[in-house]
Amino acid sequence: MKPVVSLTGASLKFGKRALWEDLDLDIKPGEFFAVLGPNGSGKTSFLKVLLGLQDLHQGRAALGGRPVERGSRLIGYIPQQKSFAQDTPMRARDLVGLGVDGHRWGLRLSPAKANRRIDELLELVGASDYAKVPVGQLSGGEQQRLRVGQALATDPKVLLCDEPLLSLDLHHQQAVSALINRQCRERNSAVVFVTHEINPIIDYVDRVLYLAGGRFKVGTPEEVMTTEVLSDLYGSHVEVIHANGRIVVVGLPDATTHHHAESHALAGEAA
Amino acid sequence: MDADSILAAIFNFENYGELLVLVQNSIWAGAVLGLLGGLVGTFVMKRDLAFAVHGISELSFAGAAFALLVGADIVFGSLVGSVAAALLLGLMGVKARDKNSTIGVIMPFGLGLGILFLSLYEGRAANKFGLLTGQIVSVDTVQLTALAGTALAVIVALVAVWRPLNFASLDPELAEARGVPVRRLGIVFMVLLGISVALSIQVVGALLVLALLITPAAAALRVTSSPVAVVVLSVVFAVTATVGGILLALGGRIPISPYVTTLSFIIYVVCRAIGSVRAGKGINGRVLQAQ
Repeated sequence: MKPVVSLTGASLKFGKRALWEDLDLDIKPGEFFAVLGPNGSGKTSFLKVLLGLQDLHQGRAALGGRPVERGSRLIGYIPQQKSFAQDTPMRARDLVGLGVDGHRWGLRLSPAKANRRIDELLELVGASDYAKVPVGQLSGGEQQRLRVGQALATDPKVLLCDEPLLSLDLHHQQAVSALINRQCRERNSAVVFVTHEINPIIDYVDRVLYLAGGRFKVGTPEEVMTTEVLSDLYGSHVEVIHANGRIVVVGLPDATTHHHAESHALAGEAA
Repeated sequence: MDADSILAAIFNFENYGELLVLVQNSIWAGAVLGLLGGLVGTFVMKRDLAFAVHGISELSFAGAAFALLVGADIVFGSLVGSVAAALLLGLMGVKARDKNSTIGVIMPFGLGLGILFLSLYEGRAANKFGLLTGQIVSVDTVQLTALAGTALAVIVALVAVWRPLNFASLDPELAEARGVPVRRLGIVFMVLLGISVALSIQVVGALLVLALLITPAAAALRVTSSPVAVVVLSVVFAVTATVGGILLALGGRIPISPYVTTLSFIIYVVCRAIGSVRAGKGINGRVLQAQ
């Protein structure tokens, strides 16, 4: 099967600091691919490269056999959760509608067709009940379901997710990651899932790209999430513990900032 | 002045039928500007540009005052002033949210320049006053044609960029990722806004442009979040305010702007009250499952 995402000799640097160098990677259709790593390791930049918003320092990045380009129809994108202001003049269905035809010029000339598609997507992500509620009045989990629906509007070949579970409660974490997994399995979309926490998606992940300290490791979770590999990446002793199908990493150099959404966002800017 | 004579100055419907014929052009001009203001206003609200509109109008006033001083066309002068201000703000960033201090700096400067030019001007005092408070009673057919033509051009341009502009205004990060030219659309909109401000100044004056470009859309957003309904209501409110204001102002000897702003304000207050009652009852469109 031909890879849908392909990086060859890819390097990304900011000034003198290399985020990652000489990365060769193929992601196949239907693969659930997680990108892990500490803050500022270049996870978000990795997505930006695929979105065509960030140029590589060296090497090539291709999507569906062609060089990446901004606005590719092959891509569905779920941005980092950022709540809408209470009085944002947009209803849930309008947010999904932006994904359907928001990029086109002019007015929506055939509303019936667009509305049918929007209804389908709302149904798909279980958001029909609040279709007409202004987005600013929805919970973070509800907004994130809509983001999934919005990203699936074009039935994308590649679904790029930037920390889609951040600041969601456990119930919504499960619901949102199950929705993403369904697109992966049923529609054979490749999923690139950037996260700092692998456990909510551990059952779905096929392969992992772990970025740390300017280096990386690609492989199955069993291969990558080990004491040896992570200690090597971080350059200090890190203990990986497997318990009840969950993975706990102890002794991370920046463990204190790991669960803070705010500090993450700051580091994300730098990355 | 006693209460009766004040009232007579504000409302006077003698010879109303004859007056109506004389000001036909003005009423049409009011309707056109209402339509334009209602449409542009919805994007002003979506992009959080209310304060920018005020800043643009002050520079537009300076431009008009300068034109008055040197004997040039006033409408042209205000167009140059407002488009320059709008472009400046547009080039500084996509959103005006972080630019409020800059607008706050530009605004008094523009107003100061305008007052300087007006002080140097030695013509009729009514011309000076009109720039600040509006004058629409004497629109001739040529002016109306130019106004309607310009407004139509702005509306056509706005319709052409409607969906991507909407995307870029409400969800800029995703719009960027989907290939929407977010920054360029922002600049295009600022130019359209600049032109709309310059046109509106002719009716309501530089000080009261917000009543035409903000209040109707803000009122509409209080009662609905549906994108189509917001646009329709915003236009209806704006046209009601301008045309209604002109009709009420006919007989009195007061500029029309107080009528327009008051109508606009009343509409807003009513919409706000309706919105609060709904919010109080928890009505927001959610379908509640039977328990």
